[in-house]
Amino acid sequence: MTITPIARASQARSLGRMLVVRVLGTIGILLVLSIIVFSMLHLAPGDIVKNLLGNRASSPEAIAAIRAQYNLDQPLYMQYLIWLGNALTGDFGQSIRLQDSVSNVIGSRLGITAALSGLAFLLALVVAVPLGVQSAVRSGSWIDRFATGFGIVGLSAPTFAVGLLLLYVFAFYVPIFPVYGAGDGGLDTLWHLVLPAITLALGLGAIILKLTRTAMLRELETDYVTFGRARGLPDRQVHLIALRNAAIPIVTGASLVLTFLVGGTVLAETTFALPGLGTLLQGSVLFKDIAVVQALTLLVAVTIAIIALLADLAYIFLDPRIRAKESAQ
Amino acid sequence: MTETRMTNVPASGAGLGSGSSIGSGTGPGIDSTAQVAVTGLTIDGPAGVVVAPFDFSIAPGETLALIGESGSGKTLSAKAIAGLLPAGFSARGSIALSSATIELPSTDAVWRATRGRRISLLLQDPFTSLSPVHRCGTQIGMTIDAASATRLSREERTARITQSLAEVNLPAEVARAYPHELSGGMRQRVAIAAALATDPELLIADEPTTALDASNQGEILDLLRGLQEKRGMAALLISHDLGMVRGRAEHVLVMRHGEIVERGVTSSVLNAPSHPYTRALIEADPSLTDRSAGVVRTASGVGVTPAAANADSATGDLVVATDITKSFGDKTVLHGVSVTVGRGETVGIVGESGSGKTTIARCIAGLEHETSGVIEFDGVALATGRASRTPKQMQIVFQDPYSSLNPMISVGRSLKLALRVAGRPASDLNGLLQLVELPTDFASKRPAELSGGQRQRVAIARALAVQPQLLICDESVSALDVSVQKQILDLLSKLRVELGLSILFISHDLAVVRQLADRVYVLRHGEVVESGPCHDVLNAPTHPYTQALVAASIHEAPTH
Repeated sequence: MTITPIARASQARSLGRMLVVRVLGTIGILLVLSIIVFSMLHLAPGDIVKNLLGNRASSPEAIAAIRAQYNLDQPLYMQYLIWLGNALTGDFGQSIRLQDSVSNVIGSRLGITAALSGLAFLLALVVAVPLGVQSAVRSGSWIDRFATGFGIVGLSAPTFAVGLLLLYVFAFYVPIFPVYGAGDGGLDTLWHLVLPAITLALGLGAIILKLTRTAMLRELETDYVTFGRARGLPDRQVHLIALRNAAIPIVTGASLVLTFLVGGTVLAETTFALPGLGTLLQGSVLFKDIAVVQALTLLVAVTIAIIALLADLAYIFLDPRIRAKESAQ
Repeated sequence: MTETRMTNVPASGAGLGSGSSIGSGTGPGIDSTAQVAVTGLTIDGPAGVVVAPFDFSIAPGETLALIGESGSGKTLSAKAIAGLLPAGFSARGSIALSSATIELPSTDAVWRATRGRRISLLLQDPFTSLSPVHRCGTQIGMTIDAASATRLSREERTARITQSLAEVNLPAEVARAYPHELSGGMRQRVAIAAALATDPELLIADEPTTALDASNQGEILDLLRGLQEKRGMAALLISHDLGMVRGRAEHVLVMRHGEIVERGVTSSVLNAPSHPYTRALIEADPSLTDRSAGVVRTASGVGVTPAAANADSATGDLVVATDITKSFGDKTVLHGVSVTVGRGETVGIVGESGSGKTTIARCIAGLEHETSGVIEFDGVALATGRASRTPKQMQIVFQDPYSSLNPMISVGRSLKLALRVAGRPASDLNGLLQLVELPTDFASKRPAELSGGQRQRVAIARALAVQPQLLICDESVSALDVSVQKQILDLLSKLRVELGLSILFISHDLAVVRQLADRVYVLRHGEVVESGPCHDVLNAPTHPYTQALVAASIHEAPTH
């Protein structure tokens, strides 16, 4: 039997080893991505120096300064290593458009996007998971029909359309929420983020709702649910057992939609004129502000990699069978 | 049809003696002590009555067995009594317990107060009836919490979980284990502990040992029996296996197509069955009748005996696997196993789950890569893996005919694909279906329209389409009812003679191997502990393990 203390200790050790392997793998992927992100500078159409100069005058001194600043006279791999070294210390260079260091530019906008994404994700989870559970448990009832309708609307309505609709209704006709901007910080900012967060959460929630319902319907058919009912467990407990078993597909789905959320914020931030990373990315792409685009791309990549890593770790936490398999390898 | 059933059965039931008279006539007590009395239990399905009204009663500490094949309505009856009928079905009748009487159909509120506390249901498969992501102790604790009026302290709950585990002879540390860390027998013990933690008056056990190995089956049934006597709990044992019931149930009901066709004291029903269906069930049960000597001869019709088949193999063995070792990581599942299969010979490999019997078959088939050892086919050594084997050398028939056939394509298409592999014309399809005794119009059916036995015939036909020399049957009849098992075994023994097939037959069921095999290998913990002619090994086993297996397969309960 595998339940002796020694077996447990060795299981913990091999889980630790597995964790290290996963983290190293993630770092490897990020390194490959960093090469792609670095080469954006060289792959962008037009002359590098001109791109980097932006709309500044191209005097010989300015060109020389740019060449020195970006080490353009060094071999390519050295340019990459210097860039990577700087990036790791948080130095992504200067934004040509905003005439400020990229880290400052991003740092000042990161909070609003993080708060928006976090709020939207939380809203989606809090509404969609219980609704999905109920619609599976009472399959065919009015609550199930409502959830199905909600799912179709959420999946098919484009983010900007939902945003505009919400703006008309809750900021114009019934002016309870502000129309645009990020407010003055604290509770006011949260107040400003409610409508954009709902806009984002609708599409997100629809996917999580569908996943939860499908996973729950499958679990409710299983023998251990029947056996739970057969030995007199209360409905609530039986549903919790099923939900716990349905957790893996739900977590997988949630982590996937969370990565989509990163792209979705561009639309929501534009609609609600929020000074976040989405609008920054949009502006920087239009302006060929390559340093900012590089930094944002890398940031998104790191975020997605971390989400994927967390989801992987969640499986191990959620399912003892995966834990056993992992530690056996 | 439905109407005749409804009117017929109470009449025939009265003729045989009504349910309550069974309890009073032969039980230890009179009717007033009957703890559980079910009257007029009827189940209506979407298309009318599926189980015609019947009565029964069970005295405290006694067991009533409900016997029938799959589809007879026995599991629906069990679910009706536990209030767990699937959507579309409803029950009528009443259930009288010592503490309450439930009129069917009943409300959710009544069932909530009944399930667990008064009636508990134990399911067939211990591999699926426990939640895989909750610790065993937690799952037992849930039952305890559900039934206790007050909130238990952590220590109290732990103590009661330990006590529940001790009752089923499991150590306290099993509470910390997840179901996948336990063997099938241990899981079923945990399930029993979870089902009985609340001390119900009636336990319904729906095929509680069907998914277990032979040696575990007896232990689990005896454990249930002991718990029942200790608690004075009535039990309804649902089974398709008449042999299992002998010595373990006082009374028996035999159900067929939703009707009770025979009822009475177990020994008299088994020894002198009055209904033809009961007689057929007893005849079909391999453990109750030893047909080992007859099968090959009777089925062949041309007088090919095992001896003749052996004589034929003098021309050389078809498969010689020598000293096969197989390790998964640092776990070794085969320790130098050697198996030979002669031409036209049927060789059985017997063992419990985890004995390595499936692994050796998969190594021979090239589905696993053996760690060391040599496998020769027709005198030529084969490299490990599938690449070195041709379809014409060997084919496998798997255990589960429900998952081994593609549900999306018709039987005909499945078989034509197999024929194409062999380079045979699609027109051979009808001949192939006739070979496995299926009507030719089955070609247009999909697997979902077929019964388990019919699907297994299709699986056999698919394997035979390429005209292999060796057929490997991995637990090929284990998922089937006994009477269907017999038909498939008869088909296999017919085929081996008609086609001169060599068969490697893997099974945990000695009784099944006994019917088919010329020679048998007994595997335990990855080693051959005994081998030889089937008749000798099974009738006069020399190794203690084989003796235990043989004893367990006879299904006789030890004295209690």
